Amino acid sequence: MDHRLAFHNVVPHHHKYHRKTDLARFEFTYKAEVTSVYRLTEHENLYRIRILDNEDRKHFSFRPGQFVMLEIPGVGESPFSISSSPSNHEDIELCIRTVGNLTGVLSRAQRGMRIGIRGPFGTSFPMELMHGGNILLIAGGLGLVPLRSPIAHVQEHRSMFDQVFIVYGTKEPSQLLFKFQYEMWKKDDISLDIIVEKPDPSWTGPAGMITKVLEGIINSRDDAFIEKTHAIVCGPPAMFKSVCSMLAERGVPMQKMFVNLERRMHCGMGKCCRCNVGSTYICLSGPVFDYWTVMNLKEAI
Amino acid sequence: MLFRVFEKNELKSLFGLLAGKNTVVGPVQTDSDRNGKPIYAFDRVTDFGRLRIDYTTTKLPAKRFFLPYREEMASFKMSGKDWTKTVNYHMDRPCVLFGLHACDINALNKLDKVLMGSVYPMPSYAAKRLNLFIIGIGCDPQPFCFCRSMAADTVHHGFDLFITDLGEKYFVEILSAEAYEVIKDLRTAAPGEEDHEQYLRTAAERGKKFTARVDTTDLTKILDIEFQAPVWKEWGDKCLGCGTCANVCPTCYCYGVEERVDMSLQRASKTKTLYSCNLLDFAEVAGGHNFRSERSTRLKYRYYHKHRGFVEAYEESLCVGCGRCGEACLAGITVPEVISSVRGEE
Repeated sequence: MDHRLAFHNVVPHHHKYHRKTDLARFEFTYKAEVTSVYRLTEHENLYRIRILDNEDRKHFSFRPGQFVMLEIPGVGESPFSISSSPSNHEDIELCIRTVGNLTGVLSRAQRGMRIGIRGPFGTSFPMELMHGGNILLIAGGLGLVPLRSPIAHVQEHRSMFDQVFIVYGTKEPSQLLFKFQYEMWKKDDISLDIIVEKPDPSWTGPAGMITKVLEGIINSRDDAFIEKTHAIVCGPPAMFKSVCSMLAERGVPMQKMFVNLERRMHCGMGKCCRCNVGSTYICLSGPVFDYWTVMNLKEAI
Repeated sequence: MLFRVFEKNELKSLFGLLAGKNTVVGPVQTDSDRNGKPIYAFDRVTDFGRLRIDYTTTKLPAKRFFLPYREEMASFKMSGKDWTKTVNYHMDRPCVLFGLHACDINALNKLDKVLMGSVYPMPSYAAKRLNLFIIGIGCDPQPFCFCRSMAADTVHHGFDLFITDLGEKYFVEILSAEAYEVIKDLRTAAPGEEDHEQYLRTAAERGKKFTARVDTTDLTKILDIEFQAPVWKEWGDKCLGCGTCANVCPTCYCYGVEERVDMSLQRASKTKTLYSCNLLDFAEVAGGHNFRSERSTRLKYRYYHKHRGFVEAYEESLCVGCGRCGEACLAGITVPEVISSVRGEE
């Protein structure tokens, strides 16, 4: 007698909202539209993106530091840190440098362009852990993009934090991002220090490496201040390494500093291996790590 | 689990019972090498006579039947500025893998952990994996097999039937209820005392045949300590960065995703293609920065993932010791040699 083997149908058909363990979650894309494109610098735009389905938009929630995969059908898909406040359930904002194929197409986007969003993915900055203390928010270059989300959290929960500092360094004044927000940050009693490496004639602020400003801040504070301080450091590896070692030297423990890593990703879900450092999936175990963990990842820096 | 024995000519009946209504994939001889030795491959088999369950190994694993080289993940239909996305689950009919060696079944079990067991299970893999009926078969260890060192020379789960040749008859381990239903239609007998003894003798004989070895004692620590060792540079200089090792590996699952638009601009597809961490652009990001631009760092990363990272995550290595990568490597790089040099054993 011939045996016809039982057929296991894995195609999900019954529910709309997906847990991380559901097969339907893997390729689930929120259809979204670009509602505005705000030009920040010559190479960077701020894209405001709105998930079209009303229910989905209400349910979409993320934490500061998490990322989404942005897909343009037929062009490709790439990971981007979410750069807006987690409490805004209407739009999410992505600040994107025009550097490759997908971002090139995106830079020509018109309002209303339909894109796909998957996520949110990855770990986040443990903001609640930092409540009650001081916080140093340090960004180098494009690092301000993922940092803007924790900054928004701090602004919305200002009473939960004691002293708050933003230290931001870029190469040139023309590369400064989110200039329209600087005054608002200051009004929320957040100290803001900006330093550029190569000043132009119009620049009146300090010039040099970011550690120069940071040094002034931490060295003029007492041990009691350092004891209740957390730091979030976003930027290129060379930058966060020098910043974190300076903080470590001043007495900030490595597990109280958080950094964010960026790698090539093709899935965001711990499958494609493209983001692996050593053999840690940046998409699952990261992109946010404490500094101790990053120092223990082989080749991370 | 249930054990039975059956006469050798009953194997053809087993094939017949399954091949009538299902796809059967098994080892066949496709060619001979220049020394006249047969070259085997996994292929669809409809005729029992073509099946070569006495095969030594195959150049390529059976991966293409559950993790194909290229696969469409989703397609898009575009109209104006709008589009719709359709996910392709690749729902195939059940497939019988007839004659997998223990190493290859262990490889599937390891893939299950990453692709189905953790968060975000992969539907295209799950669709195929859950529809596999696996018949394992005992093997004759080859000079390049180091599966015993990787604890992958025997397999405890992940199959339906496992057949061992006792010389006069076959000894079969029945693991699934579905397999039991099939075996019921075969002329089998309960194994006697002498069958058990013969089974143990066969296993002991086979154990003696393993020649290649990898010392995995404290390997995770050694890999950490020797991360900057100069041997990596030496192997990196030999490596061609061609990715053949990943292609022939039964457990390599990494991939790249590409999207294409068709000429009418009305359809697009999202395709995944198996990749290799030894290829130059594996970790290159937009803007051109490459996190692993050296061949040696890419080769090291591959060993690190297989023998260190996977152990950290799942308490076992991602390598099953099938030896295919060493046999296929154009530069003659083999796992036992690399590991032994990292251990400083030369």
